[in-house]
Amino acid sequence: MATVLHSAPRFASNEGVKDALVTALGDMVVSSKEQHGEIVLTVKRESIEDALRLLRDEHGYQQLMEMAGVDYPQRAERFEVVYMLLSLTKNHRVMVKVSTDEATPVPTVTTLWPNAGWLEREVFDMYGVLFDGNTDLRRILTDYGFEGHPFRKDFPLTGYHELRYSEEEKRVVYEPVELAQDFRSFDFMSPWEGAEYILPGDEKAHEPPVDDPKTTEKPEQTGAGAKADEKAAEHTKADPPKMEDGKKEEGE
Amino acid sequence: MSEMQLDSSPTTTGEEITNYTINFGPQHPAAHGVLRMVMELDGEIIERIDPHVGLLHRGTEKLIEYKTYLQALPYFDRLDYCSPLAMEHSYVLAIEKLLNVEVPIRAQYLRVLFAELTRICNHMLNIGAHVMDVGAMTPNLWVFELREDCMNFFERMSGARMHHAYLRPGGVHQDVPLKLLTDIGDWVDGRLPELFGDAMSLVMDNRIFKQRNVDIAVVSKEDAVRWGFSGPMIRAAGIPWDIRKSQPYEVYDRMDFDIPVGTNSDCYDRFMVRVKEVYESAKIIKQCLAEIPEGPIASSDRKVSPPKRGEMKQSMEALIHHFKLYTEGFHVPAGEVYVATESPKGEFGVYLVSDGSNKPYRCKIRPTAFSHLQAMDFMCKGHMLPDATAILGAIDVVFGECDR
Repeated sequence: MATVLHSAPRFASNEGVKDALVTALGDMVVSSKEQHGEIVLTVKRESIEDALRLLRDEHGYQQLMEMAGVDYPQRAERFEVVYMLLSLTKNHRVMVKVSTDEATPVPTVTTLWPNAGWLEREVFDMYGVLFDGNTDLRRILTDYGFEGHPFRKDFPLTGYHELRYSEEEKRVVYEPVELAQDFRSFDFMSPWEGAEYILPGDEKAHEPPVDDPKTTEKPEQTGAGAKADEKAAEHTKADPPKMEDGKKEEGE
Repeated sequence: MSEMQLDSSPTTTGEEITNYTINFGPQHPAAHGVLRMVMELDGEIIERIDPHVGLLHRGTEKLIEYKTYLQALPYFDRLDYCSPLAMEHSYVLAIEKLLNVEVPIRAQYLRVLFAELTRICNHMLNIGAHVMDVGAMTPNLWVFELREDCMNFFERMSGARMHHAYLRPGGVHQDVPLKLLTDIGDWVDGRLPELFGDAMSLVMDNRIFKQRNVDIAVVSKEDAVRWGFSGPMIRAAGIPWDIRKSQPYEVYDRMDFDIPVGTNSDCYDRFMVRVKEVYESAKIIKQCLAEIPEGPIASSDRKVSPPKRGEMKQSMEALIHHFKLYTEGFHVPAGEVYVATESPKGEFGVYLVSDGSNKPYRCKIRPTAFSHLQAMDFMCKGHMLPDATAILGAIDVVFGECDR
């Protein structure tokens, strides 16, 4: 691992922890990685409760500090649910992940930690991930009667409805969002650092060479038509017209 | 708590009283913001509480996904507006962890110094609000004077009283004048202990205050762990857990300070833990002032932190770096980190997912109040209605942070 230069919280060493946990969790683990000083274990969705119970009871990760949903729309199972565990006794943190889609529920962990209730409600509210066994899976942060799951990547930043106090009706009214100008999203990706699009004009750089390169050495090659070619042939002369005292000599 | 539940209805003439439901908030002076609690009461005894949060939900995490790393920083000031620097702290540390960038030692001292001043500032608000919730007016006015002093220091530090945007990835925004540091030193030695001691002498041994707080919402150690408590809430339960001590960040490992813990795990202990923490913070501030070295206040890595203005007048490179940093911003290596620091209210965490671009792919904020507020139902059960305000005051909620 590279030298640690940053001054972020320094918890107990990660050394050997990943391998020990992977061995302990056995075939529940799908993948594991250690990056940026964080241990991330991806486990099978069905066995998340068992995996976390094992980590809590056998490995001293007593606290579930946080649950986060993440949306990767390009994946088949687009949502990730990340559980951040903290061990007070070992002074260590790990992240455990499962992935799911819109329809497949994730087993609840409210059986292990009572505070998972609201955390799961939040992930459900923001991403629409279902939790099997959570008896109180209501929306939590969004408005009463809100539709949709706002933190999904395909949900627009502006949302669909706006509300205002209507003086005429003496109450708050909901209206569809009307934008005075289009949403502006600036693209700061440098084209030479791996942008995926092609800048206007750049496509020419990659055009394959043609068999008959276009030149304009003769008048007929300009493509101006037979009439223009004839006219051009009439005037073809070796010397250019001479200039004398500002007057132009016409022909011979 | 079950022995507090009455078996029969509390009327003298034996009429049947059925349970009824009331709304506490969303606009209630003791709710510390916009919190709506649907309470089921049996007479004056709380049977069940269903807190409805989210009335201040602004979608901060979504907005951050559309901003560069630097542009997203001011959102953190607006989460917990009572301790803005503590919010920024987790965020900049998360970015620095992904970038693995070194912060100069002077900047680390400045961060710790002002983080502790923020802690004092936050506790002044909470302690004052808590005592006012249970009926005392004067201490609140006194500690607000101290809060005002803190605000003035923050103004001299960053130019802003509340929304500082002072911590930056790689360091801090600007250096502070020496006079500010000496003034903070004088304040910590003189005015703070004097005024705070006076205010607390009115409260700590006050009979009414104790009646309202002692043995209210007792939470066992096991429950505190199971419910994901952190900060003063878990320390009041007798667990000496402080991220500054156990997972030190910045220069906290050089600081000599104690972690106050409670013995009884009630609202009074939570209050007293905060009172003691103010003195511990003052100790840390004094050490910072004594030890702070001279030197740069931001990383010299020009791909992360911008050059000085003077440099920009001379150097083409510096000008380009400045322009690039404030338009495109810096790119953060792909990966994910969860960084949690000890904010005055507890563990404030940032889960940052980067896809290698100049904007966060996902930034999940772990508010301290969320887990604590969730335990409201379990802590209030069997207590009287007026105890709910004391319990809420001792949790120290700020809805800017809870609702995001």
